[in-house]
This record gives sequence, structure tokens and C-alpha cells, in this order.
Amino acid sequence: MIATTLTQGGEHDRPGTLLMEHAGPASKRIVTAYGFWIFILSDMVMFSAFFATFAVLSRQTAGGPSGAELFDLRNVAIETVCLLLSSFVCGLASIAADVRNRFWFQVAMAGTCVLGLAFLFIEVREFASLVERGAGPTRSAFLSAFFTLVGCHGLHVSLGILWLLTMMAQVFTKGFRADIQRRIVCFALFWHALDIIWVALFSIVYLLGSAT
Amino acid sequence: MSDQSHDLYRADLAPGEESEGGIRLRVLGYVVGLGLALLLTATSFFVAGTDLVWQPSIPVAIVVLAIAQMGVHVVFFLHITTGPDNTNNVMALFFGILIVVLVIGGSLWIMSNLNHNMMPMNQIIQMQQMQE
Repeated sequence: MIATTLTQGGEHDRPGTLLMEHAGPASKRIVTAYGFWIFILSDMVMFSAFFATFAVLSRQTAGGPSGAELFDLRNVAIETVCLLLSSFVCGLASIAADVRNRFWFQVAMAGTCVLGLAFLFIEVREFASLVERGAGPTRSAFLSAFFTLVGCHGLHVSLGILWLLTMMAQVFTKGFRADIQRRIVCFALFWHALDIIWVALFSIVYLLGSAT
Repeated sequence: MSDQSHDLYRADLAPGEESEGGIRLRVLGYVVGLGLALLLTATSFFVAGTDLVWQPSIPVAIVVLAIAQMGVHVVFFLHITTGPDNTNNVMALFFGILIVVLVIGGSLWIMSNLNHNMMPMNQIIQMQQMQE
């Protein structure tokens, strides 16, 4: 971080940035969020391995049902809207956290939680109906890869909701302390990243799967 | 490493942080992002089920729309910009994208090659029976 500030310090002569060359170590907020950003990118790399597995195995149905026969795109559209709206409301929550407005923070986080739970509910129902129809993860290589990939994302959303409730409780009891603000920044990054993974997921797994 | 230094000099921005703007401007940013994302999602779902376009173009269109929507999310929700205060975030992101492209592209490439070079299954069974 010091290297970039050194090279760019001279170009900006705005008042207040005069000390850029001697900025010293970055603030703890930046270091924490940057570290978490690296974690999120490594999570994306892990998901890319699952995506690669799915793409390779997507035609290996072993005589069983294919995606086109199994997927209900209306459900997927509702899931997508739920997760997208929850990402939007989570953004509003991080604005409320920045201006230290407790009421709107709790309202926005509760909205994020409800939309996330709606997403999870639809997904669990879809999984249950697949297993019921004899299309569980043991049916074919395609379904194993499908359940691994989509299930891993669902697991991330579940953990995200636990984290979300923890943040609501911490703000309720401790207020917007600096360390709690840092956790909120990390949580917002995590939640938006989950939505990005879902975009890849519904496009590649569901839309491409039912198109071919 | 104190939290106060964050306000003294803003040399860098944390990922997910916005550079400036009041509440209304920031909310507007999220609203624009939501609108674009909804538009791209709707187009994606429409293209997947339509007969109006040339069929072989549909998978390409879906992939392009997905990449566009991920870009919208990165810009409007994660606030990753090309500004000098974001250099480190962008560098990390590009490294991540590089690895993702290598893993997915490499797997597909190698596996399609293997599939192409493999003898059809019934011929393998025939050969095994001849040996016995």
C-alpha cells in the first residue's frame, strides 16, 4: 500500500492529502477489509473449482433426468430477485452503519435477513422435491456436481444469515464501536460476494442447463 | 494502526467503501445498481426461454449477460473503481479473476480433449472381451 501512495502522491495536490507521502501504515479498517477481500477472492477460486466440476460433468446424467427436465425457472427467478433485493437492502444497512443510525440499520438488516431466509426456504424446498422425485445427489454425476455447487452456495448463505443476526445483536448491545463497524464492512463484502456467485450460478447451472 | 488515522489522510479505500457523497447520493448509487441488475437478470431469463433469437447464440448471450451483471455488482455494490485509492483492491481482484479463468478454462479444455481422444465405450468393452 505504501508503494502506490508514493507513486501517486505527487499527482494529487488536494488540501488534506499533502501528507500522502508520509501516510505510514494504513488504518485498521482498511487492513481488515483488505484481508477479508483476499479471503473472498479465495472463496471465489474455490467456487470456480466447483463450477469447473459442474461444467465437466453436466452431460453425465447416467440415463437419469437432465437439468431441462428438473429445473423450474420460475422458482429460480424468485430466488434471484430475493437475493438481489437482499444485497440492495444490505447496501442500505451499510450506509446506515456509516451514519450511525441504529434504527435504520436494524430495519435494513432485518430486511436483508428476511429476504435471505426466503431464498434459503425456496432452495431447500427445491432440493427436497428433487430428492423426492428420485433425483438426489447419488443419482448421477451431474446431480452430484449440481448439489455440491448449489449446496455450497446455500451453506454460505446460511452462515451469512448467522453472521447477520450476530451483527444485529452486537450493534444492539455495543453500538457502532470501531471494531463492530469493521465487522459490518466485512459482512457487507461477504453478502454482496454471495450475490455475485449466485449470478454465475443461475446463469450457468439453471439457464444454460435448461436451454440445452 | 489506529482507527482515527482513517479520517486524517485517505490514501487508500477499503474494499466496499465509497470515496465520497452524501446519503442520498449513495442510496441513488445502490438504486441504479439494483435497476441495472434487475434489467440484466430479466433479459437473461427472457433470452433463455425465447424462440425469437438464433438458438446457438443463446448460451453466449447468457454468459455475456452474466459477466455484465457481475460487473454491475462489483461497481455499484462493492464500489470497486479504477481510482488511485482502489489500486490494491483492483490488483487483488484481477489476480482472483486470473486464477478463476485458469481453473475453469483449463479444466474445460483438458476434459474436452480427453473426451475427444477417448475410444467410445462399446469399443473398449469389445476389446476387453477379445482379450479374455
